[in-house]
Amino acid sequence: MSAMTSLLSRRETGILVMIVLFVLAVGLYKPQFWTLQSLRIILLLVPLILIGAMAQMLVLVARHVDLSIGSMLGFSAMTAGLIYRDYPDMYWLLGFPIAITTGALLGLANGALVTLFKLPSIIVTLGTLSLYRGLTFIISDARQINRSAIPSELKDMSRGSPFFDIPWIIIIAFGVVLLTWVIARHTQIGRQIYAMGSNPEAAPLRGIDVTKVTLIVFAYAGALSGLAGILYASRWGFVNPSNTGAGFEFQVIAAVVIGGVSINGGMGTVSGTVLGVLLLGCVAAALPLLGIPGSTQNAIYGGVILIALLIDRSVRERGVAAVKGAAG
Amino acid sequence: MTDVTSDMTSTPKSRELAPARPTWHILLVRPETMTLLLLVAGLVGASILSPFFLDVSYILRSFTLTAEMSIAALVLTLVIISGEIDLSAAANMALSACIFAWGQDAGVPLLLAILIGLGAGLAMGALNAFMSIRMQLPSIIVTIGTLIFFRGLAQVIAGDRSIRVPESFIGINQIMLFGVPLPVVIFVVLAVALGFLLASTSVGRQIYQIGTNQNAALHAGINAKRIKWGLFLLLGFVSAAAGIMAASRLGSVRYDLVLGGELQMVLMAMLGGTYIFGGRGTILGTFLAAWLLVVVSTGMTVANLLPAIQLTVLGILLIVAIIATNFIYARTQR
Amino acid sequence: MGGKVLIEARGISKQFGGVEVLSDVDLDLNVGEIHALLGENGAGKSTFAKILAGVHQPTRGQLGMNGQTIRVTSPIAAQKHGIALIHQEPISFPDLSVAENIVMGRRDGGLFSRVPWAKIREEARRNLDLLGVPLDVDLPMRGLSIANQQMVEIARALASDSRLIIMDEPTAPLTPNEVATLFGIARRLRQEGRTIVFISHRLEEVRELCDRVTIFRDGAHIATHAIDEVADDEIIRLMIGRSVGKYRRKHEAVLGDVILEARNLSRAGLFEDVGFTLRRGEILGLAGLVGAGRTDVARAIFGVAPATSGEILVNGEAVSIAQPSDAIARGLAFVPEDRADAGIFGTLPVEHNLTAAVPAKIAPSGVIQSSRERQIARRSVEDLSIRLASLKQPIVELSGGNQQKVILARWLLTEPDVLILDEPTRGIDIGVKSEFYDMIGDLAEAGRAILLISSELPELLSLCDRILVMSEGEITAEIPRESATQENIMQAAVPRSKAARHEVAA
Repeated sequence: MSAMTSLLSRRETGILVMIVLFVLAVGLYKPQFWTLQSLRIILLLVPLILIGAMAQMLVLVARHVDLSIGSMLGFSAMTAGLIYRDYPDMYWLLGFPIAITTGALLGLANGALVTLFKLPSIIVTLGTLSLYRGLTFIISDARQINRSAIPSELKDMSRGSPFFDIPWIIIIAFGVVLLTWVIARHTQIGRQIYAMGSNPEAAPLRGIDVTKVTLIVFAYAGALSGLAGILYASRWGFVNPSNTGAGFEFQVIAAVVIGGVSINGGMGTVSGTVLGVLLLGCVAAALPLLGIPGSTQNAIYGGVILIALLIDRSVRERGVAAVKGAAG
Repeated sequence: MTDVTSDMTSTPKSRELAPARPTWHILLVRPETMTLLLLVAGLVGASILSPFFLDVSYILRSFTLTAEMSIAALVLTLVIISGEIDLSAAANMALSACIFAWGQDAGVPLLLAILIGLGAGLAMGALNAFMSIRMQLPSIIVTIGTLIFFRGLAQVIAGDRSIRVPESFIGINQIMLFGVPLPVVIFVVLAVALGFLLASTSVGRQIYQIGTNQNAALHAGINAKRIKWGLFLLLGFVSAAAGIMAASRLGSVRYDLVLGGELQMVLMAMLGGTYIFGGRGTILGTFLAAWLLVVVSTGMTVANLLPAIQLTVLGILLIVAIIATNFIYARTQR
Repeated sequence: MGGKVLIEARGISKQFGGVEVLSDVDLDLNVGEIHALLGENGAGKSTFAKILAGVHQPTRGQLGMNGQTIRVTSPIAAQKHGIALIHQEPISFPDLSVAENIVMGRRDGGLFSRVPWAKIREEARRNLDLLGVPLDVDLPMRGLSIANQQMVEIARALASDSRLIIMDEPTAPLTPNEVATLFGIARRLRQEGRTIVFISHRLEEVRELCDRVTIFRDGAHIATHAIDEVADDEIIRLMIGRSVGKYRRKHEAVLGDVILEARNLSRAGLFEDVGFTLRRGEILGLAGLVGAGRTDVARAIFGVAPATSGEILVNGEAVSIAQPSDAIARGLAFVPEDRADAGIFGTLPVEHNLTAAVPAKIAPSGVIQSSRERQIARRSVEDLSIRLASLKQPIVELSGGNQQKVILARWLLTEPDVLILDEPTRGIDIGVKSEFYDMIGDLAEAGRAILLISSELPELLSLCDRILVMSEGEITAEIPRESATQENIMQAAVPRSKAARHEVAA
């Protein structure tokens, strides 16, 4: 595994170095950043983004993009929340399959529009971003699901821990990371996603069922958004039709492109994506310590995306140069 | 690249010698015709729903609510025809307006503050152009990045507060020219100007050619990069102007000005029959679509529908519009 | 070679956009034979191969395998039937490893089954070893040379354990040693009772390897013979279907001053130290195999992808051409090889296609004068007798020949001194070809200088005053009209080690 892998691993080392430098720098200025407590804060900030990033990573690798994951998160969370509110006697764990299935169906609808009508995913999901958000308002009658309606067992998942004082919500997020890694690296579908993104024209010639693979990718993104939705309810204890999941897609895209997932498809690793998410988490955790208002967060995300795009391009250029060198 | 490609480009001899299509046929398969029919249907339906719609001034007043976005959408149409896209125009409006309002709030003379706002818009257009054209990154991803970035900067500048603009500057929508609100007049004038540019000048012709086949345009000596730079800069500038107009209409500026407006702008272009992959579309289409959207959203308001339902309808409309235009173009392709 | 039939094709026809590219092809492929498909460009060989492999669906006709009708509706279906196609240009997933490229898409296990990495690597290694290519199977495909990519593609077909393996010009990028290895393997596969379809332009390869040969011409199956029963001349006659009648220029060339000169043009990896002169009234041919760098030189001169070093002189004056508009301003014109990609604006009206390079003529002030444009377009249509229904018609609706005339007309409107024509008659009906030859001759006679790139040797031999031959990015020969033959052009065009080439030259 020489040339490209080492290039990719260099990308991952690069992010790791950036994280270390950032933590060192902030810690020198504000020593309390070096405590276990702040690690806990960082880890509590990232689980939802981590799950969303796993979804978006596979979508980008397949040479698509999904702008609707924030709205899918909101709709799934609202669906589960409404059922909790209206059927308080329901066993609380059932919220998980409900939210995940809801999300998967929404994702499947995205995939169907993309494959059936051969539409660019970015426009389709821009439409469903709005559509799903609107539907969230409609099913909830524009009203919030309050703390009292969310089962306390669910809320406890963000605090309670099976071991080492690590909350369930973090364990679940890393479970999703592991699952995505297995899918991406060790299953036929995973490799076909990479193949399809790497050369969409060749994929059908090589016997890859592009429609099926695309549908699965979008459904997986929806399912993970649904999972993130129910965890949102756990973490914050409420579901709001306008706030829940709004702007989520942007944080996730920022994390994924920082993590080295190529917008041209075919390239991207789970480890890089995780590091990208952690870097964003560190930045988010450091801002209040440094006295920088939280309102700068989006500008930082946006700037970081632009820089990551430029890095992505220079990596690609070096790749192309290598090909030319080999051919010449 | 042998037989098949050449076979694909050579085509039915029957078509070559067939008589030219009749004019009515050509007109009927134009997507703008669909937009016009929808607009008429919408007007009729809305008038039945509420007599307000027979009052022209009511519609004109409603139009001022989205006039700024519609103005930017006209330029966006050119960008899309040239084969690029810009999702950051709404964020640009917000940031330019924030910079303008913040400037004059800090004591900069009004006129200078306007110029600074417009300059900021140009700079944003330049950033998009640099990333998409100079660095050759796909504009659709680049402008998602700049969308977040611009909106984030607006948030940095304005925070959560709303910045007031001076009384004297408020009320562009109250100014009437021949009984028509000024923003509407600006929209119409810009539509006529851009429509002329696109349909009747060599630059307009080249915009279509670049969007249809950039490589062929390059081979024909057309400077695609320069034209695209020009379009991104124009959109940046016009978005800033639109943002400042919105500030005047609203009387104050917040970072979330026209939040999510990119959806409506793309929707106006798509509903007007602009082809998402470039090379096809008209200003007339976007012009009609802007009115159609006003009729639809005002109709929904009059019918006492939740704003949320409007969000749903917009999403559905976008998807239906793009499916329909793709379908029409696929039919006329061969 | 028991003569047992594996594949029966009956009445296979295929239309693309109304043009029939295959008509009623009947063909039997036997178990355990190597069967050559021969024919000119566009004869329908590749289309037939793609129908067998499920890439295209026949418009009419049916396929049988071992006496049973089969429907090969997709590449997946082809795989199930044991049919593998090695594409003319290697198809790969650049981000995936060599090993994965060899097994990708194979249908063992469901979508969610595990990828047996160890087994895949082992299998890939074994098949590459058979081919004598000891590649690291964990390398990503991106970065492999074209020859190695082709070897991976061949290894894929081997690993698929197919009963029918179709090789579409597999030898083009390979060295003689690699070709020899490939042939050894092909013979072994034949012994195992598999069937191989071998598509090639190289008669000597066909003769060395194949048992039977089938000739296609203009989409029809012309003949099938055992290779021992048919002579080369006969094969060529069947392929061409007409004696190679020489087109004659109406007048002898009258050469004027040097108008274009290239000195030491180089662009890394594409061409090196290319130099030549071109006179008014001259038709200079540029011959060479595909990939020799001819098109790259043309693109460099025209400023599409400029040379990184060297000089271009127009009328004796050194000029800098950084983009096509510079070249146009200097009186150059370029009709590119790939019309769909670099020539036409497919969905735009013929009229807009015609006037694309002369905005100043139709819009002196920037505003288009429609009547003027119409007038200019009408005259072009008449001058070149372009057949169309309306000037408003989208250009894709025209036939290939008429599209090409539109592109040529576009350039004539710029009143160029130098015309660079890259494969101007590719994909054009034979009847229209001679019209083009007349036009090219007339243009030279009118004092324009013409650089003609062509893969059709008869075309070069009959039209050109002088022929340059390129091989692997360098000019290897300059042959005057009088002494040019197909043989000496091909000798200079075939890549070989430099030492060997000097031997030939000596």
